[in-house]
Amino acid sequence: MTVDLPALEQTAAPRAAPARWSRVVRPALGLVVPVVLALGWELVVYLGYSNGRLVPPPSKVFETIVALAKSGELSRHILATLWRVGAGFALGVIAGTVMGAISGYWDFAKRLLDPTVQALRAIPSLAWVPLFVLWLGIFETSKVALIAVGVFFPIYLGVMGAILSVDRKIVEVGRVFRLSGPAMIRRILLPAVLPAYVVALRVGLGLGWMFVVAAELIGASEGLGYLLLDGQQLGKPAQILAAIVIFAILGKLTDWLIEVAAAPLLRWQDAFGARGGA
Amino acid sequence: MLALKDVGKTYPNGVHALERFSAEIQPGEIIAIIGGSGCGKSTLLRAIAGLDRASTGSVTLDNAVITSPHAEIGIIFQEPRLLPWLSVADNIGFGLADLPADARRERIAAALARVGLADKAAAWPRELSGGQAQRVAIARALVPQPEVLLLDEPFSALDAFTRRDLQDHLLDLWADTRPTLILVTHDVDEAVVLADRVLVMRPRPGRLFEEITINLARPRDRKSELFDTFKRRVLTALDRSLDRSVRDVTDKSSAGEAMWW
Repeated sequence: MTVDLPALEQTAAPRAAPARWSRVVRPALGLVVPVVLALGWELVVYLGYSNGRLVPPPSKVFETIVALAKSGELSRHILATLWRVGAGFALGVIAGTVMGAISGYWDFAKRLLDPTVQALRAIPSLAWVPLFVLWLGIFETSKVALIAVGVFFPIYLGVMGAILSVDRKIVEVGRVFRLSGPAMIRRILLPAVLPAYVVALRVGLGLGWMFVVAAELIGASEGLGYLLLDGQQLGKPAQILAAIVIFAILGKLTDWLIEVAAAPLLRWQDAFGARGGA
Repeated sequence: MLALKDVGKTYPNGVHALERFSAEIQPGEIIAIIGGSGCGKSTLLRAIAGLDRASTGSVTLDNAVITSPHAEIGIIFQEPRLLPWLSVADNIGFGLADLPADARRERIAAALARVGLADKAAAWPRELSGGQAQRVAIARALVPQPEVLLLDEPFSALDAFTRRDLQDHLLDLWADTRPTLILVTHDVDEAVVLADRVLVMRPRPGRLFEEITINLARPRDRKSELFDTFKRRVLTALDRSLDRSVRDVTDKSSAGEAMWW
């Protein structure tokens, strides 16, 4: 597809320049509001209309990040949080994928398990926190478990739904070519569910980031969530904002990693549509 | 030889779709099965393909009883059913997974050239037109060189020009290896242009009504008088098959059911 791209631009020569221009400008347009707000606030504080104590200006937030980074604190907190999200996400993905695949593939298992899973899903996941603390202690295990629970449900639902909606007609093609069970899964079912699976992974990761904050507010001595709590208790709003900014960056970055890793596998689906839209 | 003996099908919901259908089909023969809606054409084809099991009777190919999909029986559906995540070339090679990569590539290249899509080898299925996609489906079914190729209304979703093109093209491809073709169709023109024998079926329950042999030399001229004569014969048989079914089923006859043309 990358080969076709320049060719398309050549054939549409008169429109190529504005198209490229809009490709840069359109995402940049989204930055206008936050940048104007940030600069405006910076200016308000700089000119002395506000002391910026409760809402620190961007420069102050940036300073805090730099200071944290220099002391080595920042990387320690980031690594702790990343480890928790990574472990919880991995566990949630494995459990969700296995259970979702079983329920999607095997009708009996779905009748047996799905009502229970759906009932559990209805419980607000934070309600588990006291129980997990009692069962698993205040340290890492309960945090990872909470994140895994948050990740589990969207993955489970995504995988089950994707398998249930695989086109019977496509499965029949596999039957006509006498694919064995494993070959049917590898050559028909897996590629067919992949797009929905990637979406489920991204939703699950988003929830993982949500739950890591909850988990770290339970009581942690390190992690970005600890920075939030510490900032609140010691009255350091710049530190809270610094942690929020880093959460945003990490969340976006990890989501982007999934997107990039999946892109070559989903070229058959996306490439043309994305190009047609430009 | 493909032998159908008293093939019948009653679905679990009680619908009696096909009753005691028998026929013997010689290697290389082209058979068209035609009839109104609900006359069990597709049911019959799926039983021959081994996709659904017949309730009664048997399907045998060279003395092997067919109860599940068979290596020597290929099928083309009304929709191309290409796998959207495979390139055109990989779709064509889907049934050749057992071959070594070199041999597979050669067979795929030859098949692509044969259906006139050599330049589309790397394209995705959704980049093809309906006619091109159906040609890929034909290539995919023919490339393992089956003895029997089943076609379930393969051109009915295409416009008239493309349909004609593909009918001629199908005959071309058939001439390469001369598999047995069994074609289910709604289209009298298609039946007469392709088939050696036209089997007219009647509905409720589906059964064989009349067999018409088309002894016209190929290639057939769609505009010739003889061609028209055969078309008239098939049309007459279809009319009679439906009249009789209307008389059998006294409760209701819907106009839609009679619109096989």
